[in-house]
Amino acid sequence: MSLYQLSKFLFQLNRDEDLKLQFKAAPQTALKSYELSEEERQAVLTPDIGLLYVLGVNGQILMHFAAFCGIEWPDYLQRMRDGVKQHGPVRAGVYAMLSGHEDRVAGV
Amino acid sequence: MSLVFSGVCSHAPGITGRSERADPALREPFFAAFGEMRDALQASQPDALIVVAAEHFANFFMNNMPAYALGMCDSYDGPIEDPAWLGIAPRKVRGNAGLSRRLITEVQKTVDVAYAEEWRFDHGIMVPLHFLDPANELTVIPANINCQGPPLTPLHRAWAFGEALRRAADAVPERIAVVGTGGISHWPATPDSGMINQAWDRDFLDRWARQDKPAMLSYTDEEIYRDAGQGGFEIRTFVAAAAAARGRGTVHFYAPIPIFAVGCTLATMEIA
Repeated sequence: MSLYQLSKFLFQLNRDEDLKLQFKAAPQTALKSYELSEEERQAVLTPDIGLLYVLGVNGQILMHFAAFCGIEWPDYLQRMRDGVKQHGPVRAGVYAMLSGHEDRVAGV
Repeated sequence: MSLVFSGVCSHAPGITGRSERADPALREPFFAAFGEMRDALQASQPDALIVVAAEHFANFFMNNMPAYALGMCDSYDGPIEDPAWLGIAPRKVRGNAGLSRRLITEVQKTVDVAYAEEWRFDHGIMVPLHFLDPANELTVIPANINCQGPPLTPLHRAWAFGEALRRAADAVPERIAVVGTGGISHWPATPDSGMINQAWDRDFLDRWARQDKPAMLSYTDEEIYRDAGQGGFEIRTFVAAAAAARGRGTVHFYAPIPIFAVGCTLATMEIA
């Protein structure tokens, strides 16, 4: 489990414009110094927002990565729901999903 | 001089970033109440505004997470988020490193607060400033309570932090305002975003407005997580503002606005 490393990469990406440019140009290189499992690495590279959510990435970090990837808010919420449906419940952290897959708590 | 203003407000990024998606019948009264709070804050003629925030991994991370932090800069940039995503244009906010240093020195007598000479404001501060200081005229000193990455500081320590801020405000010649920002119950940035426990919120606000310290501090984090979500941990900022003010509170606005992900709240507290 390297959730800390995964979260730290996304934290750095969210706040570092140079790292954003590097990630866009050469994502594998940008990830090189972070000790990630293959599942985590692929979740970032895809990007698989649903899997990142299930892995336990804090939503306060994840929502900015989603925005960086050009994912609109309703789609961000849907990808997390789909992630839970596909990969099972959130495995770590404090951002577990309580509502059902078909629920739209805020109407989106 | 002394503390001249204390209040609390919501700071959810959807308030500005997704404002067009909200029902105008809810949104407009909320924004109008924010305007009234701005007028009250300005009428108190503060020399500096301490924003007690609950930042969201913008500056602080679990490699070295301070329970409490105060900014010590002459200026701060924000928002750290994509301005288009947040709906707030970039601005440079005036700080006052010298005043920060004097406040920090006083706070440190009872609370081991971290200080930061670098700090970029996230939505937790930018959304309140967008409404409370639209002309970008105030001198701002950011304060932070870790409400995001457990283990979290206990509620009674958040109270002690508020008390320390009050003592520090009273010890400097400047007029100091304090605004705590955070959600009450909410489940932000999850598929449950928009879930709001209105009964829990109203009960907490009642405890807060009555200045009922034992009731405010009686929650365990397990209870907060169960009933108010991970966003509920941010009541620490409300607790600190109450400890600083010492008086009775008035809730000027409360309404759940699901697309904003929070029960939108504006309240002030008498300085006693």
